[in-house]
Amino acid sequence: MEFKDYYKVMGVARDATEAQIKQAYRKLARKYHPDVSKEKDAEARFKEVGEAYEVLKSAEKRAAYDQLGQGPRPGEDFRPPPDWGTGFEFSGAGGRDSAYSDFFESLFGAQGRGESRGTRGAFHPGRGEDHHAKVLLDLDATLKGGTRQLSLRVPDIDADGRLVSKERVLNVQVPKGILAGQSIRLAGQGAPAHGEGTPGDLFIEVEFQPHPWYRVDGRDLYLELPVAPWEAALGATVKTPTPTATVELKIPSGAHAGSKLRLKGRGIPASPPGDFYVILQIALPPANDDTAKAAYAAMAAALPFNPRASFGV
Amino acid sequence: MSPSDDQALTGAIFEESAVLTLKDLSRMCAVDEQHIVEYVEEGVIHAVASTDEWHFSGAALRRTRLALRLERDLEINLAGVALALELLDELQRLRREQVGR
Repeated sequence: MEFKDYYKVMGVARDATEAQIKQAYRKLARKYHPDVSKEKDAEARFKEVGEAYEVLKSAEKRAAYDQLGQGPRPGEDFRPPPDWGTGFEFSGAGGRDSAYSDFFESLFGAQGRGESRGTRGAFHPGRGEDHHAKVLLDLDATLKGGTRQLSLRVPDIDADGRLVSKERVLNVQVPKGILAGQSIRLAGQGAPAHGEGTPGDLFIEVEFQPHPWYRVDGRDLYLELPVAPWEAALGATVKTPTPTATVELKIPSGAHAGSKLRLKGRGIPASPPGDFYVILQIALPPANDDTAKAAYAAMAAALPFNPRASFGV
Repeated sequence: MSPSDDQALTGAIFEESAVLTLKDLSRMCAVDEQHIVEYVEEGVIHAVASTDEWHFSGAALRRTRLALRLERDLEINLAGVALALELLDELQRLRREQVGR
């Protein structure tokens, strides 16, 4: 088991005051909180910081932890001393949904975890808790519907009464038209009932993997469509991919880069369905042979065109 | 290999149909009703006032859970939670604008 240097995790000295520890925690929590952070590994870092704080904020746990001294060097194998766990009583109210490290559990066990927040379960004594999970789906799942195999991390209590995170694989029919941030509710797939009651539900919140072509904004889809200069200038009918089929799209004459064309109702098939927007990009043919160069030269000669006229230069 | 459809679990899109009472939301978020009332009063979440009882949309569940996480994990007060959520909304709006450009 790996020894965890909680002081190092928090970036505080071993003789840091309670106030310094609290301050360090708040700063790190704001930086790595998965709901607000864009840092890489935010979730893992946040868990690590939360675990360190759980120990260092409590005078009892901190004193116990300090007894271990510096431990072996970080990363080296660690075993709690044989007389460990005698003489300490851990109390505390923290509340968390995810498992701490083996290191934490070996030192403080299930009692050290703190009670779940507030009055959990007190309202409907027999009903199992709801579970919540988040999955990343391919955009096709909502465009066409269909079954996906989802791998979820769910909290579980193991044989020793410890809170652990367990993998659960489910085949789920994805409702067509679900939007990012919405949830699939699977009735009865949450925590088992306590005794007589009903089991809880499982809520699977959906986000989408980036699509190679389409960008998603709520129920609307955006596609950047390259067109040739003459297609934009003269107008044309061009082939365009959409989620359901390739369509013939009419480009009006005088279109320019950034022109936005709307195909109503061809976005995500929610109710009401979203729209499909095509944003034009002008793609220039390369001038890599004599014919192409001559064509550009002829255009330059024929057209009195200053693309920088708006700058007055 | 794609799993076959007949053994798949099916569920509805929660946000589309759910109408939650104060009691539902309180139970689903494992927090007392007074706390939810404070969120409504602070404007963190919105209740649909019907004749004699508050109702919440399904989207309120996600928002309340988010607010509770921020409040607990960042040790911030109610006004701080409200401000954080407003800024997160604003951030999301700006990101969406970026998509449509």
